[in-house]
Amino acid sequence: MDQHDRDILNIIQTGFPVEASPYAAIGEKVGISEQETYDRVMKMKENNVIRRIGATFDSRKLHFTSTLCSAKVPAERLEEVAALVSEYPEVTHNYERNHKYNLWFTLIAESEERIRQILGEIEGKTGIPPIRNMPAKIMFKIKVDFKFKDKKNESRN
Amino acid sequence: MNPEIKEIDKAIMGCLQDNIPLSMRPFRDIAEKVGLTEEEVIANIKRYREKGWIRRFGVTLRHQKAGFTANGMGVWRVPEPEDRERLGYEMAAFNEVSHCYERPSFDDWPYHLFTMIHGESQEEVEDIARRISEKTGVKDYHLLYSTREFKKSSMRYFG
Repeated sequence: MDQHDRDILNIIQTGFPVEASPYAAIGEKVGISEQETYDRVMKMKENNVIRRIGATFDSRKLHFTSTLCSAKVPAERLEEVAALVSEYPEVTHNYERNHKYNLWFTLIAESEERIRQILGEIEGKTGIPPIRNMPAKIMFKIKVDFKFKDKKNESRN
Repeated sequence: MNPEIKEIDKAIMGCLQDNIPLSMRPFRDIAEKVGLTEEEVIANIKRYREKGWIRRFGVTLRHQKAGFTANGMGVWRVPEPEDRERLGYEMAAFNEVSHCYERPSFDDWPYHLFTMIHGESQEEVEDIARRISEKTGVKDYHLLYSTREFKKSSMRYFG
């Protein structure tokens, strides 16, 4: 990744141009051609530096509801239970964490009823202790952008 | 689903929920797919952003590959309910904190504020947590690290 790539990423992390020729618009800001900009973005996509180019939706404004759940799963059953949890399309993130509550996952669904139904199904199928349902009371921040400075100054904003 | 969102909106937003077409003219490709003009698709996407349905439109990085190797979930005990909102915003003000929420607590889970902290190493995450603790005065906290990733995906709202 060189400086042009970092400049491109800084621009398109926050705002991919919504216009007919987006790569020309990005290239103009970075000082390279449309074709070179396009080629660099595709290369970073192929190399998996870029995971996705698309929209992030506000689940609340779409009238969906989200929550963070944690469960206490016996270590020897963790993989089996985690696989069952991950099967639900409503589960977006699912991690093992270093705590007695060792399985943590996020759920997004059309209703709280649907969330309770999913948690009930998981509990019923696995027999694990009740899953903690911890929907946010207040959201203070969601940020997914990270600024890339040039190599001399690695600190981030 | 928000009743304001019509079928054509679902069709367009459905084209944005994974990757947009990876061509030089992505919005023309979407227009062909949904049966509108390129201009109409562009105007609609701008409208979705104004409505706030789209929170962000851009690239998602694989942080591991871009130099952010460690992330810790900091959980913080703030016993006084009236302190939580102020301290939540103080924690959110740290650049290294990507997400910050107040969530319910339980007898065996006495934490109220949750922060996702990003750093280049576990040591850096610990250092950031110490700075947050010093700034906010919240001494009782714990850092949970993900030791295994079972799933990481974007929600598919539209089909």
